[in-house]
Amino acid sequence: MSAPASGLAQIGKSVFVKGELSGSEDLYVDGQVEGSIALKANSLTVGPNGQVKASVDAKGVVVQGKLEGNIQASDRVELRKSAIVTGDISTQRISIEEGAYLKGKVDIHRADVK
Amino acid sequence: MSSVSQNFMKLFRGSSGPEAVPAQGSQKLTRRSSGLGELSRTWESAEGLCILDLGSTSATNIRHFTEKGHRIYSEDLLTASTDPDLLTKDEQGNVVLDSRKFLADNLVYPAAHFDVVLCWNLPDYLDESLVKPVVGRLWSVLKPGGMLLAFFHTRDAGPDSPCHRFHIVGADTLEMKKIVLRREARRGPTGAVHTAITDGFQLQRVFNNRHIENLFRDFASIKFFLARDNIREVLVVR
Repeated sequence: MSAPASGLAQIGKSVFVKGELSGSEDLYVDGQVEGSIALKANSLTVGPNGQVKASVDAKGVVVQGKLEGNIQASDRVELRKSAIVTGDISTQRISIEEGAYLKGKVDIHRADVK
Repeated sequence: MSSVSQNFMKLFRGSSGPEAVPAQGSQKLTRRSSGLGELSRTWESAEGLCILDLGSTSATNIRHFTEKGHRIYSEDLLTASTDPDLLTKDEQGNVVLDSRKFLADNLVYPAAHFDVVLCWNLPDYLDESLVKPVVGRLWSVLKPGGMLLAFFHTRDAGPDSPCHRFHIVGADTLEMKKIVLRREARRGPTGAVHTAITDGFQLQRVFNNRHIENLFRDFASIKFFLARDNIREVLVVR
């Protein structure tokens, strides 16, 4: 994925946001974000130019750029080959492309059995 | 000559070494590892181990350990050592890496935190100024009785031995992939497109057995496994 799909919220590469971000739609960050990101039922994508310094709580997280902070994903985390992630990851599923950089703990939690 | 020495080494231990080279130049090898085999018995029989993988980030390794209920930490120290902010000058004016800064930014864990540390071939490729400080820090973050696995090239391996990433694909089997040049087109601040190149890592030195014993002298025990591919596997216990 090199560009965001139309119809999702975007933070462009010239935008810098500091504070708490929360929402109920998918978010694409190609700029800078510092603080926290909460998208409980939605996904966060950090684009190739994205630089995120924040704790992230989302359903899914895709990283192509730089993310510094802990990731809590209820579904899955994808680290693309250009990803640079520093922080602990807690998720159900994870995929990591060769070349991605991760510094941190990985905790895989199983889906609740009903 | 090398085949003679390889055959000679087989007399001692023939269980470690590369076994297959897939076609198409995918630079992927599988090798049996006696050291890994011995470590595997630990993580197969124990629960909730805390494991530190110091090689290139590997989804395969993460899956291997998390499926067994262990906790896995990933920290690619070789890549971290290429941070330009680490460059400094010593008293003679030589450019060196700042080991204090390196250890302030990396391997920051509580004492006696890990049961197992997977070093892979890190000491052979890490800058000289960082090797001893890193081993010292690893001693402190390992639990007493904790184990560390490292691979060292022998002189026969040659100075151009490629650096590999290691994926655990079996109890005593590793898949090795050469770390190759990576070129990426990136747009700079002016909008111009630049080509960023990430180089592979160069073998920095060849440790002999005595060097290795000195390096790990603070550890309780050290065990060598000779392999057929000019690699010494070393399993040390804190």
